[in-house]
Amino acid sequence: MVAWFQSELGTGLGWFVAHLLFALAIALPVMAVMAMSTWVDRKVWALMQLRKGPNVVGAFGLAQPFADGIKLFLKETIIPTGASRGVFLLAPMISFVLALVAWAVIPFDAGLVLADINVGLLYLFAVSSLGVYGIIMAGWASNSRYPFLGGLRSAAQMVSYEVSIGFILICVVLYASSFNLTEIVEAQKGAILGVFSMNILNPLLLPMAVMFFISALAETNRPPFDLPEAEAELVAGYQTEYSSMAFALLMLGEYMNILLMCALASILFLGGYLPPVDWAPLYAVPGIVWLFLKIVLVFFLFAWVKALVPRYRYDQLMRLGWKVFLPISLVWVALVSGWLVFTGHFSGGGA
Amino acid sequence: MSERRTVTLGTPDPQALGDAPGSVHQNYMINFGPQHPAAHGVLRLVLELDGEVIERVDPHIGLLHRGTEKLCEYKTYLQALPYMDRLDYCSPMSMEHSYVLAIEKLLGLEVPPRAQWLRLLWAEIMRISNHILNTTTHAMDVGALTPILWLFAERERIYDFSERVSGARMHAAWFRPGGVHQDMPEGLADDIRAFAERLPKALDDMMDLVGGNRIFRQRNVDIGVISAADAIAWGFSGPCLRASGVPWDLRKAQPYETYADVDFEVPVGRNGDCYDRFLVRVEEMRQSVKIIHQALDRLERLKGEPVAAFDPKVVPPRRGEMKRSMEALIQHFKLYTEGFHVPAGEVYVATESPKGEFGIHLVADGTNRPYRCHIRATGMAHLQAMDFLCRGHMLADAPAILGSLDIVFGEVDR
Repeated sequence: MVAWFQSELGTGLGWFVAHLLFALAIALPVMAVMAMSTWVDRKVWALMQLRKGPNVVGAFGLAQPFADGIKLFLKETIIPTGASRGVFLLAPMISFVLALVAWAVIPFDAGLVLADINVGLLYLFAVSSLGVYGIIMAGWASNSRYPFLGGLRSAAQMVSYEVSIGFILICVVLYASSFNLTEIVEAQKGAILGVFSMNILNPLLLPMAVMFFISALAETNRPPFDLPEAEAELVAGYQTEYSSMAFALLMLGEYMNILLMCALASILFLGGYLPPVDWAPLYAVPGIVWLFLKIVLVFFLFAWVKALVPRYRYDQLMRLGWKVFLPISLVWVALVSGWLVFTGHFSGGGA
Repeated sequence: MSERRTVTLGTPDPQALGDAPGSVHQNYMINFGPQHPAAHGVLRLVLELDGEVIERVDPHIGLLHRGTEKLCEYKTYLQALPYMDRLDYCSPMSMEHSYVLAIEKLLGLEVPPRAQWLRLLWAEIMRISNHILNTTTHAMDVGALTPILWLFAERERIYDFSERVSGARMHAAWFRPGGVHQDMPEGLADDIRAFAERLPKALDDMMDLVGGNRIFRQRNVDIGVISAADAIAWGFSGPCLRASGVPWDLRKAQPYETYADVDFEVPVGRNGDCYDRFLVRVEEMRQSVKIIHQALDRLERLKGEPVAAFDPKVVPPRRGEMKRSMEALIQHFKLYTEGFHVPAGEVYVATESPKGEFGIHLVADGTNRPYRCHIRATGMAHLQAMDFLCRGHMLADAPAILGSLDIVFGEVDR
């Protein structure tokens, strides 16, 4: 595809146009899916609570996310007098853009990835770490009490859980002997008993998968870790002063991050675009469909948890992150690497 | 030797922390309410925070003050009764209860047994209504959003019952001096019984979801602890007092209506923390279910008996009678214009409302209007302990404590 554009438009311009189109081909569906994910989230949540959820706009309320989007778009943007204008408006953009650029390295199918870089996982890690800037800037620039506390909490929380996420990722990376996401997926092909293509079925990685899911909840500020926007104490946390599209961008960034974490969990532990069983007829289904189904499954878990659990307190959240998750994941890295060295995993080159 | 400097937590000395001379550190002040999703109405708490730790809580009340006590002085006894509904609007009939008992005591009025059992039945239904609201919103305050929706389906039935019995979903004005306004309609008793049979299952569901939940317990156990002695000193009553281990329940301690004939237990907590207050309320609902069954059995036997005292000076005549009897028509006219006169005297009547001791201090001067009607609001005493309970806890504990105290502003502000 790139070659065709380059022959038509010249080397530089052709490359640029080809990649721009590719980026759009990823970003637009991702945004559409993200809009629908808010509907799924609300619907699952409602059904667990014996409610109906959105059911008025469109069939089954399917048009609700778009109605919400239009409503927010038409609203007046209110910038508080005390707020620092530039930073206040920059913050939602940062969180939105960062949530979007992370998708560049997600392999949707074998070879179907915008940037097939060797350090894909590190890139993802870096981008999701930067996400905290959007939130802390939003909290700080609002120059208001609740957003300020929300921003502080969020910064502390995301930093804490990223540490353990890092170690969890290392465990998977050790197995795949690569930071490249496509290779991490390919390494899972028939890895379990020569049949199943899922890291989660590996007894050594199963606890890590659970911990990754919990850390992902914390990383994306979902219940029971939704402290930054804890309604009961902080009203809406760092979003309190936001309205209109600025609020929409924060909200979209948040959901995009949730989807990203779902995609990451699918890629790292559920075999990404591979069918769950390494059996030829299953490969007739396109890889992107498998990935999509896995993302939906993990997203359902996200929505499920939201309906079930109360919220942690700030200090309890920190205790869980630093005193439970960090030591366990640290020990686990040693355990996994010890096991892999012991079984001669690295002798065939790699790393 | 360097000079030893102490830095006290909470009031840091800026100079000790290396700040410019003359600079002052201030604690973070935060306005919790009156427009706050967890403020339970129009409470405004001024919180002084040191980081996330609460240093001081200053509840500001009065935003829902409607002057109920003063208004009562300008209304006849019967006209003042609906004001009681608007005190604690989560359990309106329990509020009427103290008031009508106070009037009856001043009048020396005998209430027929069926009316007593009806009042008892509805007082317990109100207790369930109130506790459903409180336990589920308490869970919501710590982040569990599901129980409230599960149990509100049941609570909605209570409003339907209230509508069937009195015509109003909330502000019933159904308890009247001398009895109740009218008998329960046909079939309501069966529906209440079906509801009472269904409720324990719904409570089990809630307890499965949050009661045993690790996070819920971490958020509530040992939070807002108050010892029995402190609870008494702060004027606690009801579930908040019993959670601290004091088995004080006016239904047992000084039985009114027919509580002496009812078999039920008084759940008592041990630690006096938010979790105990939650559990005591849940258990009280189960006990109320037990009482409801007994009351319904009694009402079955008392079917067809009068639901109000026979005293034409106080209790209005039946509609049918007014069509036949001139005297009844005159009585009715007198009652709804002038009202009834209450002999001079002073009385304090307290009942065990769902939130605790709800008292009415009524001073009568022999006219048709109360000379003074003081309302002993339960929530007032609980709210004043907010500072005591919250000090040293974290910001997130304030909603949990507030939720466990069960405060309704109609009652606190009056």
